[in-house]
Amino acid sequence: MSAWLTRHIPKIAVAPSLAAVLFFVYGFIAWTGYVSLTRSRILPRYQLEGLDQYAKLFRTPRWDVAMENLLVFGVLFIAVSVALGLLLAILLDQRIRAEGAIRTVYLYPMALSFIVTGTAWKWILNPGLGIEAVVRSWGWEDFRFGWLVDPELAIYTVVIAGVWQASGFVMALFLAGLRSVDQEIIKAAMVDGVSLPRIYASIIIPSLSPVFLSAIIVLAHLAIKSFDLVIALTGGGPGYATDLPATYMYAMAFSRGDLGQAAASATVMLMTVAAIIIPYLYSQLRQSHD
Amino acid sequence: MKRSVLASLVLIAGMGTSNALAQPEVEVLHWWTSGGEARAVQTLMDEFQSNGGKWVDMPVAGGGGDAAMQALRARVLAGNAPTAVQLKGPSIQEWYEEGVLADLSDVGAAEKWDALLPAAIGKHMKCGGKYCAAPVNVHRVNWIWANTAVLARAGIPMPTSWEEFNEAAVKLKALGVTPLAHGGEAWQDATVFETVALGIGGPGFYQKALVELDPAALSGPTMIKVFDQMRTLRGFVDDNFSGRDWNLATAMVINGEAAFQVMGDWAKGEFTAAGKIPGKDYQCSPTPGAGFLYNVDSFAMFKVQGGDRIAGQKLLAKLIVGENFQKTFNLAKGSIPARLGTSLGQFDYCARRSSYDMDVAAGSGTLLPSYAHGMALRGQQAGAITDVVTQHFNSDMGSAQAAKMLAEAVANSR
Amino acid sequence: MTARGLLYLLLVVFVAYYMLPLFVMVITSLKDLDEIRAGSLMSPPDRVSLESWGTAWSSACAGILCEGLQPFFWNSVKMVVPAVLLSTLLGAVNGYALSQWRFRGANLIFALMLFGCFIPFQVVLLPMARTLGLLGLAGSLSGLVLVHVVYGLGFTTLFFRNFYVTVPTELVKAAKIDGAGFFTIFLRIFLPLSPPIIVVTVIWQFTQIWNDFLFGVSFSQAGTQPVTVALNNIVNATTGVKEYNVDMAAAIIAGLPTLIVYVIAGKYFIRGLTAGSVKG
Repeated sequence: MSAWLTRHIPKIAVAPSLAAVLFFVYGFIAWTGYVSLTRSRILPRYQLEGLDQYAKLFRTPRWDVAMENLLVFGVLFIAVSVALGLLLAILLDQRIRAEGAIRTVYLYPMALSFIVTGTAWKWILNPGLGIEAVVRSWGWEDFRFGWLVDPELAIYTVVIAGVWQASGFVMALFLAGLRSVDQEIIKAAMVDGVSLPRIYASIIIPSLSPVFLSAIIVLAHLAIKSFDLVIALTGGGPGYATDLPATYMYAMAFSRGDLGQAAASATVMLMTVAAIIIPYLYSQLRQSHD
Repeated sequence: MKRSVLASLVLIAGMGTSNALAQPEVEVLHWWTSGGEARAVQTLMDEFQSNGGKWVDMPVAGGGGDAAMQALRARVLAGNAPTAVQLKGPSIQEWYEEGVLADLSDVGAAEKWDALLPAAIGKHMKCGGKYCAAPVNVHRVNWIWANTAVLARAGIPMPTSWEEFNEAAVKLKALGVTPLAHGGEAWQDATVFETVALGIGGPGFYQKALVELDPAALSGPTMIKVFDQMRTLRGFVDDNFSGRDWNLATAMVINGEAAFQVMGDWAKGEFTAAGKIPGKDYQCSPTPGAGFLYNVDSFAMFKVQGGDRIAGQKLLAKLIVGENFQKTFNLAKGSIPARLGTSLGQFDYCARRSSYDMDVAAGSGTLLPSYAHGMALRGQQAGAITDVVTQHFNSDMGSAQAAKMLAEAVANSR
Repeated sequence: MTARGLLYLLLVVFVAYYMLPLFVMVITSLKDLDEIRAGSLMSPPDRVSLESWGTAWSSACAGILCEGLQPFFWNSVKMVVPAVLLSTLLGAVNGYALSQWRFRGANLIFALMLFGCFIPFQVVLLPMARTLGLLGLAGSLSGLVLVHVVYGLGFTTLFFRNFYVTVPTELVKAAKIDGAGFFTIFLRIFLPLSPPIIVVTVIWQFTQIWNDFLFGVSFSQAGTQPVTVALNNIVNATTGVKEYNVDMAAAIIAGLPTLIVYVIAGKYFIRGLTAGSVKG
């Protein structure tokens, strides 16, 4: 008995967490998939009705806009956050005075939710109240920054606020990565007369590839879950120009009383996420096997 | 029926005499959390408590009730429904169909609600012929508010047709005033849209298109004209209207930056807070055209266990329709009482006008439910219409295409 | 301009970008309502007034009760502390078992947990509500703690696993030969190594849970609502007059605990990340 226990104790230690994840994540995903096949309205109903909800979903123009937005937002949000985070980390790594204070300033947005900062962002980006009005009052009468109220450009303001929140965290990841690069290699390269930008480009940045992956996983998770951001900043508008799948799903489930439709959109969303994340997880875990 | 009357009489009599038995208790889920609204609910709590009840407050604001509805679903599924919930319009019947609402017919009978509530409003409070909700107020949605000084400067009267409005707007624009203060949120777009539909198509068209969802009316020539007017109005708002809160739009009228705003009578609270007087500093009048679009707030009672909670529900329902509450609440909220015959002596000019117009409209069959505020349609259909309306208003979509999309969206939402 | 000068200039420009929203919030919270209505939203206050801060903390109306954020603040504390501790502890045990005791299926289990990070929480609201009801935890703080622990497991396990994976497996082998068991090795060897990653995990979990609104609003009832729900109630006027100064003060107060954690522990955060969690 005790030999058996000793052998299996690691599994037993993980078991409660695994059981919880299987039930609360995968069980609930299965539940959602099931409900997407029903005509549930304000509360779930369990008679199967086939794929009607999916047909309805793909006929809805608003859903197309939401998926397109997720693509545009997701790609830009991840790319800009990574680029900016890396840039800031490199700048901060140059033995800066007051590094601690500056770093805290870059990092603090991650501490605040958009319920807290949403109104401020809305004002800042609003042309009549925020940046545009201020720059004009300084004398540049022709200055225009009206992205928030332009259906074509509003999604980019969502990117600006999203990057504001997440890039500091990415900076922290990269800064940590830079601090753990072997200083001897850099010294040796400098002795050889290699310029600093070249050292970064061909030695330091390539060695940070695990950090890129960590950063991307955190950012992808934030992008997919972006909800508060859109609700606080644009409410999905102008029109429904900045709708995302998460806000679409929420609107269907809770303001329209159309749970079946919400479940169908959630299922499509989860499948999209799985299509991107599973190959990534697979490659990651295979690597760590060595 | 007779038995239930008797039962409720016994119950109500019992409550008066033997408070020691069970203290009526309610947990109230609502989304009136700010300023005048919160004060308005407070009057209900005070009255409930002075009648021996215990009030547990469960406020959830946000998204015009969306967050509260999210909390409500979670609570109902968990088998832990709040006692009383702010619900309105057809969603009351939707919850009833899920079998979770309590029956209030004994209170309704004992308190003679049939005689006290206007028929059009009483209808919303009934599920399968029985009372299941209690109305607290009537908001009129189709109001147009104006800054008196700005109109005088431009030399224009309050418009009585949308043509007149358009002519006035052109003059205002020439003076450098924004003709229409508007916030580009979907529900505000929908609010303007329904008043335009009422004004241009008339009450009959409104009923056919936005209440009965007749496909011919939704995509027909009248609807195209309605969208044409929406496009015209788009030219009369300022550039930065997107996502603006309705109260900031009202502020534009208050400080003379804009001349008009189309908004329900809750806008009055903003004027009052700024120290403005109706008829003098600002004007309230119905939007062009005949008819009265109502938005009635109400509380529905959910099935709960326990004598004290059921007693709480009945007491709350009784007090909500009581004369005292209807008066104090609506004075604070800016709306008018749902209960007929409530004295309006302390109400302002706009409220008295609203009440008078409601009586006239009820007599002529032009008392209509507001679609934009969830009184006319279920969520799916109303949402489908709003999607098209807001998309049209915020893009350069043509009117004919919008009308066609409207009919398609409604068909797809069933 | 020297390269060094340019470097500082760039850094300062970014400081402005990151500070802007907080700046707007702070100056607005210090103005009175007339000044907000009349003036530019971005200009500093003419008269500084701290009144709205007091109002937000102890007398702003979130519904009928006008007790400010104060009572809700403590609900949040009572929810966050156990949730953070539990999810960190479980994450540590999981990370240790999955990285150092590579039993068959360990990688699959890790992948399953990690994928859980990506599930949008709106999806799980309703089945979770039903489950909490069946468990008898509906509307309670314990229910909220359970929810946060469950959906925090993915990230806490990720952090600890990636940290422990850098520890050579020979350490465990040697300890086993000495007769030490699973938990003894964890407590004696791995936990003492862990402060850097514990800091990272605690900061992350604290931020996530403190800022959560979605679960907080769905799984609470009168008396257990966390501070974000109260903030939302104060900020979201539906058809009433908005007091922006109080809104902003309330928003800052609600965000203060996480801000303080970041300011104080930010240094350790970077150190913790440096110590290994970023190594994929």
